[in-house]
Amino acid sequence: MSDDKDNANETIICRCEDLTLEEIEKAIDDHGLRSFDEVKRITRCGMGPCQGKTCRKMVERMLSKKTVNGGISALEHTTFRQPTKPVDVKVLAEAWEDESKE
Amino acid sequence: MNRFPESAGVVVIGGGIIGTATAYYLAKAGFKDIVLLEKNAIASGSTGRCAGGIRQQWGTPMNVELSMKSVRMFETLEKELGFDFEYYQGGYLLLIRNESQMTQFEKNIALQNSYPGLHVELIKPQEIREVCNAINTDGLIGAAYCKTDGHANPMLANYAYAWAAQMLGAKIFTRAEVTGIDVTKEGGIKSVKTADGSTIKTARVVNAADGHAALIGKMVGLDLPIRSFRHQIMVTEPVAKILDPLVVDLAGNLYFRQTKHGSFVAGQSDKDEPEGFDMKSDYRFMLEVSSKLEKIMPALGNVKIVRQWAGLYGMTPDSQPIIGGVRDVEGYYQAIGFSGHGFMIAPITAKILSEIILHGEAKSADVSSLDLYRFAEGRTIKEPNVV
Repeated sequence: MSDDKDNANETIICRCEDLTLEEIEKAIDDHGLRSFDEVKRITRCGMGPCQGKTCRKMVERMLSKKTVNGGISALEHTTFRQPTKPVDVKVLAEAWEDESKE
Repeated sequence: MNRFPESAGVVVIGGGIIGTATAYYLAKAGFKDIVLLEKNAIASGSTGRCAGGIRQQWGTPMNVELSMKSVRMFETLEKELGFDFEYYQGGYLLLIRNESQMTQFEKNIALQNSYPGLHVELIKPQEIREVCNAINTDGLIGAAYCKTDGHANPMLANYAYAWAAQMLGAKIFTRAEVTGIDVTKEGGIKSVKTADGSTIKTARVVNAADGHAALIGKMVGLDLPIRSFRHQIMVTEPVAKILDPLVVDLAGNLYFRQTKHGSFVAGQSDKDEPEGFDMKSDYRFMLEVSSKLEKIMPALGNVKIVRQWAGLYGMTPDSQPIIGGVRDVEGYYQAIGFSGHGFMIAPITAKILSEIILHGEAKSADVSSLDLYRFAEGRTIKEPNVV
């Protein structure tokens, strides 16, 4: 994808952690990464407030093109972790008080 | 085509920080043909899921010595490995809520301060607020504070060792599950078998599989007293820096730290957790820890929790690791059962294990009391400061 390459240093893949296409590609290439979890542990991609909802599919597309035969479905899956959306500590704390009463 | 070499000088099993650091120290000492096999990915097990605390405040001489030596290594490790893994000597604050805790802490601190180079202070609630004015000191009577303790990003530290080991020639394979170990008639290691049907000839094996170590032990006929328990943890969105030390509230069953990135990581132990390999997240953990966190750090009430996960503690009967060789299998070495505090002593442990493999004995510290046979022979270790 020549258009990817031309703007790789200004194309943001992970908006939460401010990571560019170039940075993610470099991590994948330098270290032979094969899963979204590995990219996440090294670059923080997908660790921000959106929890990978934006970047995961793009990173998986990059991984599938570079590393495995059989497309995205052949990749190792990442674990989707709760909460689905970020929640205030005080809201969760209140929920615990309610739960403890029951 | 076989993806592994036909033979190896040593096969290290486990791509956590213990395995990768052992590979690194062996390679650094000039050991050749090092192969590391990891079932999943680097930092995918206990290391990558841990809180990243690095403390020297222990209650037995051996643990104080090991952790002090580990901190000395951490202080120059980023430079040595050529990679920033967010090592930060922000200290450790162990909160004290009652007099019986105070008595125990006074004993521990007397021991700790008997070591030149280690300085632990017993501080008052007012001084806790000077360390971090966001801490609510209601109900606290003091804290044990060591400024040279700290924390790091465990995933990056794990990778830093792996990459440095590779640069020195170690071959690291991920998605490489060990399914069997062959032993000779004389009781020596012969070869390692992998899930894809390969065999690697080797005279030496290192078991660095922590939570899964008992499965590897069984392959050479050892019945290892290691049981795995889930421990959960959660993290907030990043906020401005307000906290330097890692805080442990033993009586309140809570610990938390602020990472270099700005997020708060928090966790607790669950004494009712059943043994097993379950690593699923339980929402009640997130509610309960949020409740405790808001009480002790009211400013965090408006901060959002973004993620929750879990990992395994590989527990031994005395919550102390098992390090070294064994009597009946020549060429088998292990550093396992860290019981939740492996990351902080990983540098010194791995260095010692490499010395045992290279020279037949530990040189950097005496860990002979951490042998496998202490449980059967009534020599278990009594460490009061296990979280």
